[in-house]
Amino acid sequence: MAVITYREALNQALREEMARDDRVFLMGEEVAQYNGAYKVSKGLLDEFGEMRVVDTPITELGFAGVGVGAAMVGLRPVIEFMTWNFAVLALDQVVNSAAKMLYMSGGQYPVPIVFRGPNGAALQLSAQHSQAFESWLAHIPGLKVVTPGTPYDAKGLLKAAIRDDNPVIVLEGEMLYNTKGEVPEDDYIVPIGKADLKREGDHCSIITSGKMVLVAMNAADQLAKEGIRVDVVDLRTVRPMDVEAITASVRKTNRAVVLEEGWEIAGIGAQVVDYIQRECFDDLDAPVVRVHQADVPMPYAKGLERAAKPDLAKTIAAVKKVMYVD
Amino acid sequence: MASKKKSESPQTADSETLKSLLHSMLLQRRFEEKVGEAYALGKIGGFCHLYIGQEAVSTGTLSMLREDDYVITTYRDHGQAIARGMTPRSVMAELFGRIDGCSRGKGGSMHLFDRNLNFLGGHGIVGGHVPLAAGVGFAIKYRGGDQVIICFMGESVVNTGAFHEALNMAALWKLPCVFVIENNKYGMGTAVERAAAIKDLSTRAASYDGMYAEHVDGQDVMAVRDATSRALTHARKGQPVLLEVRTYRYMGHSMSDAVSGTYRTKAELDEYLKRDPINLFRAKLLESGDLSEEQFAAMEQEIKAIVQDSWDFADASPEPPAESLYEDVLVTTES
Ligand SMILES: Cc1ncc(C[n+]2csc(CCOP(=O)(O)OP(=O)(O)O)c2C)c(N)n1
Ligand SMILES: [Mg+2]
Repeated sequence: MAVITYREALNQALREEMARDDRVFLMGEEVAQYNGAYKVSKGLLDEFGEMRVVDTPITELGFAGVGVGAAMVGLRPVIEFMTWNFAVLALDQVVNSAAKMLYMSGGQYPVPIVFRGPNGAALQLSAQHSQAFESWLAHIPGLKVVTPGTPYDAKGLLKAAIRDDNPVIVLEGEMLYNTKGEVPEDDYIVPIGKADLKREGDHCSIITSGKMVLVAMNAADQLAKEGIRVDVVDLRTVRPMDVEAITASVRKTNRAVVLEEGWEIAGIGAQVVDYIQRECFDDLDAPVVRVHQADVPMPYAKGLERAAKPDLAKTIAAVKKVMYVD
Repeated sequence: MASKKKSESPQTADSETLKSLLHSMLLQRRFEEKVGEAYALGKIGGFCHLYIGQEAVSTGTLSMLREDDYVITTYRDHGQAIARGMTPRSVMAELFGRIDGCSRGKGGSMHLFDRNLNFLGGHGIVGGHVPLAAGVGFAIKYRGGDQVIICFMGESVVNTGAFHEALNMAALWKLPCVFVIENNKYGMGTAVERAAAIKDLSTRAASYDGMYAEHVDGQDVMAVRDATSRALTHARKGQPVLLEVRTYRYMGHSMSDAVSGTYRTKAELDEYLKRDPINLFRAKLLESGDLSEEQFAAMEQEIKAIVQDSWDFADASPEPPAESLYEDVLVTTES
């Protein structure tokens, strides 16, 4: 199997889906002539032309709405946000238009649209450019939210998102674009709503998704050296969440750490913990521990930024805490 | 009802067409009066914004559209829904929150939709639907079609970012969109001159090269048809249009707002009542001989019956079943 980057995997997904369905088009800032702010759309303008790979003005609210309108009358837009920080300006269209249309029209107007782009912190971009939005979006009925952590999942989930008749949010990661992994050349999708057990172990579960999958895998490697065997549950989709995968793991390990990139209050992890207490109350040998960003806007200085982010050391410490070691 | 024919010339309208325009406006008026009654009785709840006074806008514009064109509008949508050809039954049932409503009781007054008529909904976020209209225009162009979309909005919308973002893209990409500002002088209780730093709202289009703009008397249905005819000619060629239609609302902003309110005088309202679009047009047709008093009386009777029938239908329609609560949140597709 070919080893390619997460960025190339997304590019392949776009290219394949655009070739297979001429209703699919890509729209966003710098997606066409510039080849994408993060080069995800590299080469697509040449291949598909300017009606299907569309550069927009810097007008997030506007072009998100253009996507919704086009989707209502039968096209299948993929709307790229340069980053999700800027998509805050477009949330009216995501939340009030895309997510509500089918319901408030009594089922008449589906909105088959994908909103995608990098989410969360990169390095030293400070407060306004470093936010993780999964819990904001996962809160909204009428949306699906996927958070691929590997090149394989990125390609498969983006393809599934484009084929889905609902609004699907794809949260990528700037820090993920250069990561590599095996990706099949043939057509496949990763089903939305299905978690993936990325590592098997029977001592403790780490439940996570997106960019934090890599952190969890590193933690599992380190802990294995100390004889601690960790189950890594990659949710892959945070709405709808694969509750069965969470409970199956926790019932096996009896201990859980929930790791997420964003903030603690009303975060994705809070929802995971709720599922665990509902479904696995009698299975738990220790309180669940959450690892997340410090409850502050992201600072710029290297040391402060490191202190604010969830990371390997914090994850290992959390596992040891629920294991009652140290 | 949307015409099957291509847009005809508004000038050459025959007697039948003229009467059908009056019928359309009168039906909206009597329907809205009935809605007011039903609201007072608690049959209708929530926000409810009547269209009374603005009927020449909906009828004048929508009577010029083709069946395959598109319409999108705001929460003040009952008039346009009926002018587009949605049945009073399906609209009234929606207002009553019943299963036979056009949106199956899920949308209510502010969210009337009809896919069969390309009626893309009433939308509740001021300005939010204007980019959607640009998106429909984009899709028309993408497919190489010659349809247009008419996007209605209140005059408050011209001050929103969404409006400017959408108009900029419509002009940049030459989209077949007609943006219709229904300037009824007030956004809730805020007079337009207290909100917009511009007098002539249609000149907002000056910021966008190539956009065609004009303003028209919104109490004169034939003038609105004329202006719409010009607008459609431009839009079908891919030149977007900003059309300001100057009108007035005779009722409060919504059902909780008194008719004249604290923000406008009774004298002002009375002044505008003299230019009631229905009275003006009826008088014109009586004078030209296109309508007789007997025909008008018969029209009133017929409409009264239609409106009563819509009430009876809505009242008899069942509430949406409990299991519909979780329906239509997502489409269930195989990916
Ligand atoms: C973004 C937003 N802000 C505020 C409101 C509340 N609101 C509903 S209608 C309205 C006035 C709008 O006036 P206008 O656009 O002139 O339309 P009209 O009601 O006169 O038809 C306001 C403030 C809203 N629905 N959306
Ligand atoms: Mg107004």
